[in-house]
Amino acid sequence: MQVGLTHYLVVSALLFCLGLYGILTRRNAVAILMGIELMLNAANINLVAFNRFVAPGAVAGQIFALVIITLAACEAAVGLALVMAAYRSLETIHVDEINLMKW
Amino acid sequence: MGELAAFMILSLVTLIPAVVVVTSSNIVRAALSLVPTFLGVTGLYVMLQAEFVAGIQVLIYAGAITVLILFVIMLTAGGTGARTRQINEQVPLGAMAAVWLAFVLIVIFSRTVWPVLAGALPAYNVIAVGNAFLTDYVLIFEVTSLVLLVSLVGAIVIARREE
Repeated sequence: MQVGLTHYLVVSALLFCLGLYGILTRRNAVAILMGIELMLNAANINLVAFNRFVAPGAVAGQIFALVIITLAACEAAVGLALVMAAYRSLETIHVDEINLMKW
Repeated sequence: MGELAAFMILSLVTLIPAVVVVTSSNIVRAALSLVPTFLGVTGLYVMLQAEFVAGIQVLIYAGAITVLILFVIMLTAGGTGARTRQINEQVPLGAMAAVWLAFVLIVIFSRTVWPVLAGALPAYNVIAVGNAFLTDYVLIFEVTSLVLLVSLVGAIVIARREE
């Protein structure tokens, strides 16, 4: 049995759903960012797999995957800086306790 | 046969630590479990003949982002101690949403006929990636570098201690 496109898509879907579960159930802002990283990795697997199986003549999928990796690094840096700022002023990073704007 | 075995092993290396990432009550253990997940994804990239993406994945995800997450966990001890409750009250709802989405996606993937082409990628496609970045995708390349610079400055400004 050959490893085809569907195999990679299924692994990527499972990884995406694990990330979604983490985002929905975690209280800790850092853990939510970890879930987002899992989802971005799932998207990257999709892009590279489609590049390999559907359009093997070009490397567009790999280009998009590299751009997404770069933007994920930006997102992690800014998100973690926000977590640090919130912790400094509120003494908590649990997102269900950060409710300053909920009046 | 060997390809299928390698794919299975790499998928398990990716998915089992990912379960630990989203369920562990010890946040440091969850963050360290990201490393085997990212390395498993790296193996999948190698199987898909994307060597350059695999190398960047190791450098940025397994190296930089995990270390950044660990630093923030260590700096925010009040919210990350092992005694604090890490999950909210949405666990049944979140599990239902995730399982439902996974089921729907897998059904769709198994029923769709993809327009698979028989060709193979060039053997050393790092050259092709570099050429594409500096010809067809040069605008994306430049804008991405600008975004990187802006987010760097923004992260420093946000995280800086106020006077």
